[in-house]
Amino acid sequence: MAGTLAEKVWADHVVRRGENGEPDLLYIDLQLLHEVTSPQAFDGLRQEGRAPRRLDQQLATEDHNTPTIDIDKPIADITSRTQIDTLRRNAEEFGVRIHSLGDLDQGIVHVVGPQLGLTMPGITVVCGDSHTSTHGAFGALAFGIGTSEVEHVLATQTLPLTPFKTMAITVDGTLKPGVTAKDIILAVIAKIGTGGGAGYVLEYRGEAIRKLSMEGRMTICNMSIEAGARAGMIAPDETTFEYVQGRPHAPRGADWDEAVEYWRTLRSEDDATFDAEVHIDADDLEPFVTWGTNPGQGLPLSASVPAPEDFTDDNARTAAENALEYMDLVPGTPLKEIKVDTVFMGSCTNGRIEDLRAFASVLEGREKNPDVRVLVVPGSARVRVQAEQEGLDQIFLDFGAEWRQAGCSMCLGMNPDQLAPGERAASTSNRNFEGRQGKGGRTHLVSPVVAAATAVRGTLSSPSDLGVPTAPSDLQPVA
Amino acid sequence: MEAFTTHTGIGVPLRRSNVDTDQIIPAVYLKRVTKTGFDDGLFNAWRTNDPDFVLNRPAYKNGSVLVAGPDFGTGSSREHAVWALRDYGFKAVLSSRFADIFRGNAGKQGLVAGILSEDDLEQLWKILEQEPGTEVTVDLENRQAHAGEATFRFEVDDYTRWRLMEGLDDIGLTLRYEQDITDFEAKRPAWMPKTLPARNAETA
Repeated sequence: MAGTLAEKVWADHVVRRGENGEPDLLYIDLQLLHEVTSPQAFDGLRQEGRAPRRLDQQLATEDHNTPTIDIDKPIADITSRTQIDTLRRNAEEFGVRIHSLGDLDQGIVHVVGPQLGLTMPGITVVCGDSHTSTHGAFGALAFGIGTSEVEHVLATQTLPLTPFKTMAITVDGTLKPGVTAKDIILAVIAKIGTGGGAGYVLEYRGEAIRKLSMEGRMTICNMSIEAGARAGMIAPDETTFEYVQGRPHAPRGADWDEAVEYWRTLRSEDDATFDAEVHIDADDLEPFVTWGTNPGQGLPLSASVPAPEDFTDDNARTAAENALEYMDLVPGTPLKEIKVDTVFMGSCTNGRIEDLRAFASVLEGREKNPDVRVLVVPGSARVRVQAEQEGLDQIFLDFGAEWRQAGCSMCLGMNPDQLAPGERAASTSNRNFEGRQGKGGRTHLVSPVVAAATAVRGTLSSPSDLGVPTAPSDLQPVA
Repeated sequence: MEAFTTHTGIGVPLRRSNVDTDQIIPAVYLKRVTKTGFDDGLFNAWRTNDPDFVLNRPAYKNGSVLVAGPDFGTGSSREHAVWALRDYGFKAVLSSRFADIFRGNAGKQGLVAGILSEDDLEQLWKILEQEPGTEVTVDLENRQAHAGEATFRFEVDDYTRWRLMEGLDDIGLTLRYEQDITDFEAKRPAWMPKTLPARNAETA
C-alpha cells in the first residue's frame, strides 16, 4: 500500500470518514493535560453534565506555572496557585491521573509522556500545548489543540479533523562537531519560514535524522510548530524501540513483539508522494542562532545581524525592522559580538538528560563569564534525579550556574523565572517572540552547546570558539 | 455558540505579519480559570507601550473586524487568543494566512477567520487607513467582505462555515457517532498506552 507515515497513522485512527466536506472523526489514543489550557475544558464538562470517556487515556502534570525553587512552599503568585489548585481539584473530581509538584513523575508534559513509555510509535497524542509535536519523534501523530478541543477529547476521545497535507524534510549527510539537532530545526525554519509548514505534517527523514538519538529527534519534532506545521514525525526504528522498551507503560512480553511488528510497518512507502519536499544537507550546517523575534529569523552563528534592506519581501522587511528595534541590534554586527545577560538551559525543546549532558560537557573545567546568569532547569523531576546521579549538577554548580527544579521555567513568562525588560538571553527554548521570556526581554534561540559556550564567553559563541575542539561524540551521545 | 450570518463593524487595519499568540495575549493573562474576561490582555504590550498602535487610535478603538497581515495566530495553541479577541468585541479576523491551530480555535468560538488574497488584503488595508472608522460587512453566507464601494471574497471551509452559521456545538455533533467510537475502541490492540493503573519507574 502506498502512503506516507502520517497517512498510515491517520488511516489507522479514522473512526468515521467525513462525507460532503465534513471532517474525519479521528480517535485519540492519549491526551496530556496541564494547568493552563484545561480549567475551562473541565468546566465545560461540568456545565453539560458530561464525564470523561476514557480516564485511562488521560495524564495530567503541572509545568507552566510551577516555580523552580522553593517548591515545598505554597506558590507565591496567587493566580498561578489558583490554576494549579484548579487542576488538582479537577483531577480529583473527575479521576484523572496527575503528577503534581514534588512528585517524581512531575515535569513538562512533553518530557513526562515519553519518559513513562506512554508515548509510542503510531499513536495519536494531543495536548492543549503547541509543542505536542514533540511526540512525533516516535512516529506518533501528535499535535497541539485549543481548550475547546481538550474538552472534546475528554468527552469523546475523538476530534473532527480535516486531513493534513504532507511535507518531506530530508536531511542528508553528517553533522559537523558542535552542530546538533537544534541547529537542524532552526535551519529548517529559517528555510521554509514560520508559515511554511501551515497545513502540513512534516516528516523528517534522511541519514542525519536516522543518526540522531531520541532526544535529538524530539528537539526537531518539538519545533515543527515554529514552522507553522500541525505536527512533525520521524519513522520509528531500532533507536525508537530501544528507547521505549522497558519503560513503565511500554508493552511487555508477547505484546511487545506484536507492537514492534506493527511499528515496523510505520514508514513512508518508497513510492509514497508528499505534497511538498525540502532538502537540507547536514554537512553544510553550522551552529544556528536567531537574531529576531520569530524563530524563522535565524542565521549561522558566523553571520552578522542582517539589515532590513536585505529582504525583498515587504512583510519580511517590515518584520525585520520591528525585530531589530525590539532586539536593539544594529545591522552588520557580527552575531558573535552580541553580549548576553542570561543563559537559559531547559524547556521541552532541550530539557532532557542528553541535553544536560551536552551542556555539561562544554562547561566542565571552564569558567563562567562573570556578567552572565546561568539557569539550568531539568525538563522533569526524573531528569533532575538522573543528572544528579551522573554528577552533572556538580558541574553546573561549580561553574556558577543555578540548578533548579523541573518545569517550563524561563521558556515562557508564566512563572517567577523571567527576563527583566531589556535583558538579553541565549536560550535553548523554542520561541523568541516579543516578551515571551518576560516583558521586554530579548531572546536568542540556540542549542545547548552554543548556550554553554555563550555562558563561558559572555557573547553568542559556538563550542569551537572555546579553542578546545570538542569531539562530536561528546556533543551527540547515542548514534 | 451564537449563530453567525453577517456582521457589520469598524475595520481595524493591523499592518503586521506573524502576529503570534504571545502578542495577541501574553502568557501572564493565561492564569485565569474562566472562559471570559480576557479583553484587557488583548495585544497588551502594544496597547500599553505604543500610543500609535491601531487600537489606541480613537477611530479604530471600537473595531470589530480585524484585518491582519499573513501568518496571524502563530505560536502557542492558547485558545485564550480567540477569547481575548472575542471579549474585546471582534467578530471576524481577515488575513491572507492563519496558523492552523488558531483557525481551528476561532471556528469553535464563533469568530470568523476568513482568508483574503494578498492583493485584497493590501487594498482593504488602504481603504481602512484612508478613511479610519470605515465599516466592513462580513457576509459569511456569500463569503464576502464589503468596505466602502469594494467587495472582497474570502475563504472559509464549508464545514466551518456551516457550523458557524448554525451555531452548532462540536461535542454534540460528534456524540451522534458514539456507536462508531465504541466499535472502534473494541478493535484497538490491548497494548495501546493506558495511563491507568498508574505505573512509574518504581512500580514497573
